[in-house]
Amino acid sequence: MTVENKKGRFGKFGGQYVPEIVMPVLNQLEEAYEKYRRDPEFLKDLRKYYVEYAGRPTLLYYADKLTKYYGGAKIYLKREDLLHTGAHKINNALGQALLAQRMGKKQVIAETGAGQHGVATATVAALFGMKCKVFMGAVDIERQKLNVFRMKLLGAEVVPVTTGTGTLKDATSEAIRYWAAHIDDTHYIIGSAVGPHPYPTMVRDFQSVIGQEIRQQIQQETGGRLDYMIACVGGGSNAIGTFYEFKDDAQIKKFGVEAAGRGPAIGDNAQTLSNPNSRPGVLHGAYSYLAQDEDGQVIEVYSISAGLDYPGVGPEHSMFHEQGVVEYVGINDKEALDAFQLLCRTEGIIPAVESSHALAYLEKLMPSTKPEEVVVVTLSGRGDKDVQQVAKVLGEEI
Amino acid sequence: MTGVENKFAELKKAGKKGLIIYITAGIPDADSTVQLVLEAEKAGADMVELGIPFSDPMADGPVIQKASYDAIQKGMNLHRVLDIVREIRKKSQIPLVGMGYINIMLNYGFAKLAQDAKEAGLDGFIIPDVPHEESGELKKACRDNNLHLVEFVTPGTTDQRIGETCSTADGFIYCVSINGVTGVRKIDYSPINRVISHVKKQTATPCAVGFGIGTPEAAVEAAAEADAVIVGSAVVKNILEGADQEAMKLIASMRQALDNSYHK
Repeated sequence: MTVENKKGRFGKFGGQYVPEIVMPVLNQLEEAYEKYRRDPEFLKDLRKYYVEYAGRPTLLYYADKLTKYYGGAKIYLKREDLLHTGAHKINNALGQALLAQRMGKKQVIAETGAGQHGVATATVAALFGMKCKVFMGAVDIERQKLNVFRMKLLGAEVVPVTTGTGTLKDATSEAIRYWAAHIDDTHYIIGSAVGPHPYPTMVRDFQSVIGQEIRQQIQQETGGRLDYMIACVGGGSNAIGTFYEFKDDAQIKKFGVEAAGRGPAIGDNAQTLSNPNSRPGVLHGAYSYLAQDEDGQVIEVYSISAGLDYPGVGPEHSMFHEQGVVEYVGINDKEALDAFQLLCRTEGIIPAVESSHALAYLEKLMPSTKPEEVVVVTLSGRGDKDVQQVAKVLGEEI
Repeated sequence: MTGVENKFAELKKAGKKGLIIYITAGIPDADSTVQLVLEAEKAGADMVELGIPFSDPMADGPVIQKASYDAIQKGMNLHRVLDIVREIRKKSQIPLVGMGYINIMLNYGFAKLAQDAKEAGLDGFIIPDVPHEESGELKKACRDNNLHLVEFVTPGTTDQRIGETCSTADGFIYCVSINGVTGVRKIDYSPINRVISHVKKQTATPCAVGFGIGTPEAAVEAAAEADAVIVGSAVVKNILEGADQEAMKLIASMRQALDNSYHK
């Protein structure tokens, strides 16, 4: 594909493939974001909510037991799981809600798969006194009843989406459709670094606080020594937030871990960049790598983790993939579950199943590392939400 | 002149408003689609948009979403849509445009698609997720093969954007009646009518209004400033229910209502 419209492009990836109806509101959003990203008052406000409400900075925790278990590089965990609402999603939700408020929007909407982004959006909507609608696939509503109820407690309306396959990609399409019909008073808080420009840039910027904190903290911990970074990738917001600050530090090896699910067959995993069969396409407004069949129909992907279960990936990751800035790899359901249990037992930390994919890559990386080396794994969320599902998979009755 | 341009010239000469019918290809099967297009022409359609199904049709409401989903389940794809076009061309010269989403076109390859589409007998494409800014490469492939790539305006399109759209538009301009998705509902056509009168000052390219039109009365109302109306969901809903004759009756009644109200 030849790129003529350079706006919002990461190399050849990205762009604004949306209906004309949405263009004026994207332009309005871009203008507002360009203004406020440099506005000291806005940044001060955002900082205040990050610190006083969400609980930033998050710890960079030296995992001594896990380090001893592997006997290689020193392992540090970036504890996004300790944030309010339990995952990095709140970083972006706070940023976008503050922006929506300044744009005079009365309502925020969101899509959600597992419910984490829906909960984060419902939370900030409650905090800022905005109306909130969360679009969620009917299949996911059934699988994630607890999060559905959390959103309701927070005052959000959860809208079931039954079209298509009734999962995250359909919920995203439905949120865009609703937005197109309510552009005057509504802001759409996309949950990952995906979608049309300016979303991938904006979400990345709001999540970049993760990498910026790691930079400062690793300076204190190791005098700046850092050899490897690992983060999980669905749409890729915690990973882009982790890697972006270090994108020019070529000596640091960065691994983006995708969900290899139950195997390499089409529809059995959620790998877009680490999958030799996937190729670029357009979904939800951006040109990026995409799980699609030979006709160009988007495939329903699979992972044990609902947060990684998305057929697309953020366009900046597609660029990093082609430039070799980040190496994208796959971890399957079983490897992720083993890592989940290992962290519970060694460190007394229950990680999200999504983050467990990043942890599981240690199993492959650590044997070739040396004790003087340093690795940071971003623990994007906590696993309380996953306990029931893990019990089921492990054959435990609870 | 292309089939689309001829048709609009013909309508203008006769002092008539155009009626464009959208039909999702492959519902309930390929042979039926060929028949439905031929019957729609007999019932009074001036032009047909053949829907090329996509798994994630962002600009469509529930009816066309379901039609697309069902068509994909039955194996419909872009190659087969072109086969349908070839079959129709054996019997009719009604202007035909393909309506679908960019990923399907990208997957086929723009240059090859434009060549194959021309050879099959299509007159152009309507691609709702390609705004003016992103249209260049596909537009060029279409122009090289004498095909139209239809551009859009909506009630919210700014004057500056209207100017940009008018400067490159050909075939016709798709005027979206309302902020939202396809599907029948009561619509106030005055905002899009204001945009259309603005467009008319800048270009001679015909305007067709679509989204929401489900009755002969709505068709008449929507056609006030425009050269044609586009009817999709109301027809497809009948086809999905197996009520093909109802679909044809609806087309005939819209034809009659438009002619009664506007034909001089």
